[in-house]
This record gives sequence, structure tokens and C-alpha cells, in this order.
Amino acid sequence: MVDKILEVKDLHVEFATYGGNVQAVRGVSFDVNRGETLAIVGESGCGKSVTVQAIMSLIPMPPGKITAGSAKLNGKEILGLSTRETNKIRGVEIGMIFQDPMTSLNPTMTIGDQISETLMVHRGMSHGEASKLAVELLDKTKIAEAAKRAKQYPFEFSGGMLQRAMIAQSLACNPAILLADEPTTALDVTIQAQILELMGELQRTEHMSIILITHDLAVVARMADRVAVMYAGQIVESGSVDDIFYRSAHPYTLGLKQAMPSNKDNRDKQLTPILGSPPDLFHPPTGCAYYARCPYAMAVCEHHSPEETALPGDTEHQARCWLQHDDAPRQAQLTQKGVTHAD
Amino acid sequence: MLIETKDLKKHFEIGRNQILHAVDGISLQIEENEILGLVGESGSGKSTFGKTLIGLHPRTSGSATYNGQLLPKSFSAADHLKYSKELQMIFQDPYSSLNPRMTVLDIVGEGLMIQGEMKRNDIKDQVAQWMDKVGLNADHMSRYPHEFSGGQRQRIGIARAMIIKPRFVVCDEPISALDVSVQAQVVNLLDELKRDLGLTMLFIAHDLSMVRYVSDRMAVMYLGSVVESGPSNEVFFNPQHPYTQLLIEANPEPDPELERKRQHVPIVGEITSPINLGAGCRFADRCPKALSHCKTVTPKQTQISDKHTVSCHLFE
Repeated sequence: MVDKILEVKDLHVEFATYGGNVQAVRGVSFDVNRGETLAIVGESGCGKSVTVQAIMSLIPMPPGKITAGSAKLNGKEILGLSTRETNKIRGVEIGMIFQDPMTSLNPTMTIGDQISETLMVHRGMSHGEASKLAVELLDKTKIAEAAKRAKQYPFEFSGGMLQRAMIAQSLACNPAILLADEPTTALDVTIQAQILELMGELQRTEHMSIILITHDLAVVARMADRVAVMYAGQIVESGSVDDIFYRSAHPYTLGLKQAMPSNKDNRDKQLTPILGSPPDLFHPPTGCAYYARCPYAMAVCEHHSPEETALPGDTEHQARCWLQHDDAPRQAQLTQKGVTHAD
Repeated sequence: MLIETKDLKKHFEIGRNQILHAVDGISLQIEENEILGLVGESGSGKSTFGKTLIGLHPRTSGSATYNGQLLPKSFSAADHLKYSKELQMIFQDPYSSLNPRMTVLDIVGEGLMIQGEMKRNDIKDQVAQWMDKVGLNADHMSRYPHEFSGGQRQRIGIARAMIIKPRFVVCDEPISALDVSVQAQVVNLLDELKRDLGLTMLFIAHDLSMVRYVSDRMAVMYLGSVVESGPSNEVFFNPQHPYTQLLIEANPEPDPELERKRQHVPIVGEITSPINLGAGCRFADRCPKALSHCKTVTPKQTQISDKHTVSCHLFE
């Protein structure tokens, strides 16, 4: 039996602004199993970061507000807990690393002190014990000369080293889940490869689950077991990494794939951009959010929001698209050329 | 040959006895109507090379020629006026490269205004035409940059550079700040401009797959020097320099099956500081195939096929 470690159900997040309420997350549900990597992909503004920030109670409230939904960690509700209770989870059961390690670390404290602070607060260690373990953690993330490095400040580290230090800090309390929000976006491709390799290795040795938030489908292909594709505050398609890449069921997923170059293709093949822009989340459309940009849009899509439809197979492949609905006259499959109908 | 550089160097003095070797002897040629892609890690000197080439930085030594004429070592105001008609640049950050207090009409039309050969009404017509060409609504020309999205701003930057009808454009990471779906729009637009206007481009980026897709030829930079150059597909699918090989090995593909099959041997270490560099191969510290003399003798450029060159002792 799969061991569900995190279950998120029907999460809604809004932000109050001068222009009205922005519905940033509109009914997101997903599960994370023990030891797996779930990638949440989407473009800027789709709500992928807000989703995980809501789970971690990192959304400033107000202006933010979780209007509905639940998130259960090991069966225990974690939304709406008091700050004190949240602090027992945040950084302890769920570790976090962010896109910009330079601004996520305190510039006035040495790297070693920042890691030992975590250990002293959460694990009640003495200063001496904590400092020693901090060096071990830095060593685990393959920082050379860890003892010397622990005494240095963030400005003395390069971007890749800082991300390693962040990972070391997030590992301090042996978290069950590592939440990585665009962890390699600011890094060069060679350093990205090093960090991804490190994350994969630590996942195996520490038996962690990883939630990887990214906009880069290549990183998803490299790291993920399962994938959730987000668009305009909803998950439009989810499934195994192979489902998403080889059996794309939502036109948006297909659009993303066709917009980026693949090195299998001939150079002469034109990239196909997704025209238009995402809907205004002050007034989300009543129908499918992708309707205005979708090359396969039908009349029903304009006013009726599609439900999540399970697709054949045993991988829990789901898509929020009328083309995949059971009541659709024929089960449709998207191909690289267009929609083909199978009876 | 539209652009040619010979042993181009740009050093910055950053303190007493401290010299930053940003660009350290680059010899490259760019043919008319060709897109040369320039890849490399951050800090490898890609942008400095682009800027030095078109006179935004005075060069330290070496030569740069445009269309057979030697470009001045340091551009005077008159030189800028003269060459800005031919050489233009598209910048990376569509947020900080547009003046927030100027309207799109003023931003895009500024070049024509400075040249002073056109009446304001004609400039307005030109701006409208170019906005249309890059896919913006010409009715929006009296708006300010903050009213546009990132992709639209990048188009404003493209229209601003293209309205002068330059022959050569340096595109400095024109798509890295954009979303995937929008990247494709901008890349297709650049491709169209190349075809329709016979434009020549230096396309600087760190996304290897995109550079292969966009450019005819590719040059790989490491710490101020070009380690390998050749036709894009050849460099990408048949890399020869150890650095290029590791770089392409590190580049993830949007294909899970391929990623599962791949041996992941990440490149060790990080790019070293470009301050006070001595002789020897720049990559020797991180190179898995380094020979004993790599650290002391600078490798020469070696022709390994018709257009494919490598600077590495393994090929000498």
C-alpha cells in the first residue's frame, strides 16, 4: 500500500488587494507519497508557490486568506494551526529550500550558526553539539572543508554553495518532506546538475519525499516521479512523469511541450508558442480557464468548468478537460498534430 | 564576414594589482545573415564580449572589425551616433532596460529622434509599424512600460533596437526572463526578422537547447575565452572539448526516458575567479582529462574539421 504522507484537498487561497480579491489558488488537491518526488509545474503567476506557501502557513494574512480546503500531514490537519504549533512542523517535519538562497539566509550570521540555531531551537541541543552536527550536515551536502566553511558568512559563498548550505539547514531535523521552490532556477546548468544530483542522493539516503516546484520541464523529466501541471490556480493535469510527457491529456501540457525545443527534433521544426495570456484571476472565467488560448476549445468549454477526469491506466492520471470527459461523444486523444478521436 | 574579432580582450582594473580578465583573447567571425550563439556559465564573459564588440565598453586590446572597417578602440559620442545605426543591442532584463518615465513611443522612437533625420509624425508612423511587426498593439504607444507584461516589454526592447534597421544585433539573454510559452514567441520573432531583413545576430544565452535551436553556429565560452566553436548541431551532438562535453551532459532534456538512461556525472567544482589569471588552460582545474602541462601552457585553437575549432591540448 502506498503511504500517503501529505494530503491536500480542495485548497483555495485569496489575496485582498486594492483591485479586489485575487483568487490565486482555486481548488487544488494532491497527495505526496513517502519517498517520492512530486513536481508542480506551471508558469509565473499560476499559483504553484502560493499553494505550498499556504501549506506551510507562510502566507501573510491579511492580505492572504485560505478560504477553503485542508492539508493533512500524516493524517493530521496542519492548516489553521497556531504559530506555536506551526513552528513544530515548519522546518522540522517539512524542510524548505528556496529559489534565492542569498536572501533566504541571514547575512549577519555565519553559516554554521544559522544551521546550529535550527538544531538548538528544534532539537534542544547544546551549542557545542549543534555546532558539531552543523559541520557534519555541511559535509553531507558535499561542501569541501566544512569546518572552515561553517565559520564563514553567506557573502563568502557562491550561489551553488549557498543552495547546499540551505539544503544542509533543511536537513537539520530529518524532515519527512523537502519542499523545494525553484531550487535551481538561479543557478548555472552545471551547478544545477550538481544540486539535483545531491537532492536525489539525499532523498535515497534520508528517505525523504520531495515537492519540487519549477517551471522547467527538463528538470521535471530529470527528477519527478509524479507531476501536477498548474494553470490559473488549478491543477489541470496530474499523473506519473511518463503520463505527462508521453500521454499528455490536457491541451496546456501539450502547449508547454511544443513551446520548448527538444534536441530530438530537427532544427527546422518551428516552436509553437501559446498565444494570449492567462486569465484575470480577479474575475476567473466561469468556464475552463484555458478556453481563450486553447486550440481545441469547444462550445461547452466557454461557460462550464471541466471536472477532473480520470484517464485509463493505473497511474492516477487525471486531466481537467472536456475532451477527456466520459460524456464526451468519443474519448479523444491529443497528439502532436492535433486531436484524434478513438472510438 | 560582417563581424570579426582578433584576440579581443577586455580587462577591468578592480583595485591595486587586481585585474579582472572578463574577456581574454577572443577571435570570432560572424558571417552576414548568420546567428552565432554564445553559451557559457555566468561569469564567463559572454555579456562583456557582446558589449565590448559594439563599443559599449572600450576594449583593452585586440581588434574588432565591422564590415571590413576597424571599430575604434574607445567609442566617442560621434562614433556611437555613427555605429548605432548599424550595431544594436537587445538587453536581458525587460524591466530595468526600459525607462519607466518614457512612453513606448519615446522609447522606441528615441533612436530615430536622435538621428534627427525624420519628422515627429514620420517617427510615429515608424513606431506604429514596428509595434505591429513585433506583435504589439500600435494604439498602446502612449502607454508606459509598467503597463506591459514581461514578454510585451521584451518586444518593446526588440522594436527599439530594430527600428534603426541595424545590420548586426547583440541579443543578450533576450528570453531568459520569460515564461516558456512566451520564449517561443520571441524566438520565432527573432527568426522572422533574420529571414525578412537579412539580420546578423550574436545570440547570448545559457539555455543550451534554445541556443542550438536558434543559432547557425555556436561558440562555448569559459572564463573569458572561447573553448569550442562550430556549427550548432555539430557542437551540440558531437562536442569535443571536455568542458563542452560536461556542459551538454549537465543540460537536462524534457524527456523522462532519456533522463533515466543518462549517466549522471556532474561536473565538479565551480567556475574560478577571473581575477589575475595566469597562463594555462582556464578549465584545467575542473577538467577530468587534464594533462600535466595544461595548467602552465595556454592551448591553441585547433581546427578539427571545416568549421569546427577546439582550444584544448588534447587536440594539438
